[in-house]
Amino acid sequence: MAQKVLDAVKASHAAAIEHTESQHGDEIIWVKRDQLLAVATWLKTEPTMAFDAPVFCTCIDRLDWRPLGVPPSQRWTEDKPRFEVVYQLRSTQHRFRIRLKVAVSESDARVPSLASLWPAFDWQERETFDMYGIRFDGHPDLRRIYLYDEFVGYPLRKDYPKDKRQPLVRRDDLPINPIKRPSIFDDHGKAK
Amino acid sequence: MADAQTLKQLVLGRKDVQDMSDTEHELPPDLMTVNMGPSHPAMHGTVRIVLTVDGERVVKSDVQPGYLHRCFEKESEHATYTQVFPYTDRLNYVSPMINNCGWAMVAEKLLGITGSIPKRAEYIRVIVSEMSRMTDHLTCIGASAMELGAFTPFLYFLKAREWLYELLEKVSGARLTHTYVRVGGVGKDLPDNFDEDLTRTLDQIVKVMVEVETMLNGNKIFRDRMAGIGAMTRADAIATGCVGPIARAAGVDYDVRKDYPYSIYPELEFDVPVGTTGDCFDRYLVRIEELKQCISMLRQCMKQIPPRSDVGDGRTMIDDHRVTLPPKTDTYNTIESMIRHFKHIVDGIKIPAGETYAFLEGGNGELGFYVVADGTGRPYKAYVRSPSFVHLSTAGQLIHNHLIADIVPIFGMINMIGGECDK
Repeated sequence: MAQKVLDAVKASHAAAIEHTESQHGDEIIWVKRDQLLAVATWLKTEPTMAFDAPVFCTCIDRLDWRPLGVPPSQRWTEDKPRFEVVYQLRSTQHRFRIRLKVAVSESDARVPSLASLWPAFDWQERETFDMYGIRFDGHPDLRRIYLYDEFVGYPLRKDYPKDKRQPLVRRDDLPINPIKRPSIFDDHGKAK
Repeated sequence: MADAQTLKQLVLGRKDVQDMSDTEHELPPDLMTVNMGPSHPAMHGTVRIVLTVDGERVVKSDVQPGYLHRCFEKESEHATYTQVFPYTDRLNYVSPMINNCGWAMVAEKLLGITGSIPKRAEYIRVIVSEMSRMTDHLTCIGASAMELGAFTPFLYFLKAREWLYELLEKVSGARLTHTYVRVGGVGKDLPDNFDEDLTRTLDQIVKVMVEVETMLNGNKIFRDRMAGIGAMTRADAIATGCVGPIARAAGVDYDVRKDYPYSIYPELEFDVPVGTTGDCFDRYLVRIEELKQCISMLRQCMKQIPPRSDVGDGRTMIDDHRVTLPPKTDTYNTIESMIRHFKHIVDGIKIPAGETYAFLEGGNGELGFYVVADGTGRPYKAYVRSPSFVHLSTAGQLIHNHLIADIVPIFGMINMIGGECDK
């Protein structure tokens, strides 16, 4: 149904689009990273598109991508970007659905934030940062959301072992708390 | 021994109120930071809100989920597609059947068998989904009313919910975590006399709903606490990604069952209630109306469901060797079926490489699963688009400038389910 969205985006932003594809009825647009904000803004404001509703944002880690039944050329190798940041959008008016994808490498895992266009991506990008370590440039408040600040690493990356445990250490006051009191306990847990 | 005045001063830290000077009567002008939750009865046990309050008014808030994070996505990457069903039960544990259906739908979409699920299986899925939606709304309304001090509706609605749980227990064998739906159909057929049981239960629930509506709709305390509280405009609801009863209360006529019809919903007749003001009272009214629509849909389903049979529409499982287990008599008597059974259980359902996003209308709105398959029996990546998480992200905005006491109805009507929100 959203094939005409793909055609329209290709016509208006030919230089910004890497390629487009359709899978199981879902339309996917691969966007160049530096053009993501421009394409997203156009998708939101252009009346014939009107993608006003954000659906989700996540990331795919292709570290050990060895799919069965497809040519070996599609396997992940060191020279290909490791992460794909995925945005799914919906148009309330036209009922289109579209998926934007941006490929980023591990050494430069940064993507422009879309939280300014769709407020729902504020928390979703924080979740993606928390789980995959993708930095979203321009995000108003990029903190961990599910895990605690002392957590080391990004658990949904493929190289994070499933059975790794990180016991929660005592957490001091949060940074947003305006009042920061000195602890009433000494290093041995006894009251001063 | 100290005299009474000194004692009072020691205990209260000050003299009587009338003894204080005029400046001391006023509240301290500086802001105060208060923790609400994670262990707070109205926070449903799993969310912490760091509030900065000016007297009783919230001027800044930081909502912090994550206390119930159980690594659904990481665990799913290491489980076969069938083994993920029990995990989905624990996402929205108030309406597990809908999560089961959602996971089955994404696997079926990747296999390309969405349209060939037998009719009876689709009807059973819709019946259990709508029953689950009812348990979801009954819990939400009952708990919210209780948090505002109305304990009786809570007890009445939990009683009604228990009848539905009993029926679902008869269907699936488990009261809460059903694991009933399978890729390609459902685990087993409906029990005998399910028709009469369901009809009787629905008649009883209609009576309970009349009682509760009489207690709440015109109740001054309830209306004062709900109406005009936590209002959201239509544009905000869309931009913040809200779906389900919250968005519909704000005037967004979006329901996946109507806008992107799936399963047998096109064959059912039902209305989508839409509110106008987007406040907590509209959210309550939308949920009450949806309960009535669920009852009507369930009655239609029981009339239209194809009779049980071993072929055609009356089956409960698709006849596709990729997803169904061989019959038990064959498994125990022939080596080929034995091997197939073993491979099916150990390796899982082989899903060809690809990715898709399948979604359906959950108790709280659009619930979706985004899965990347790599041709093996386990998902390469599984992501759940949980409506609770998106709705909770609006909570900070909704409680802004409201009183601390208003957080309770707003939070209750957002209906954040910890398991779904924290994954």
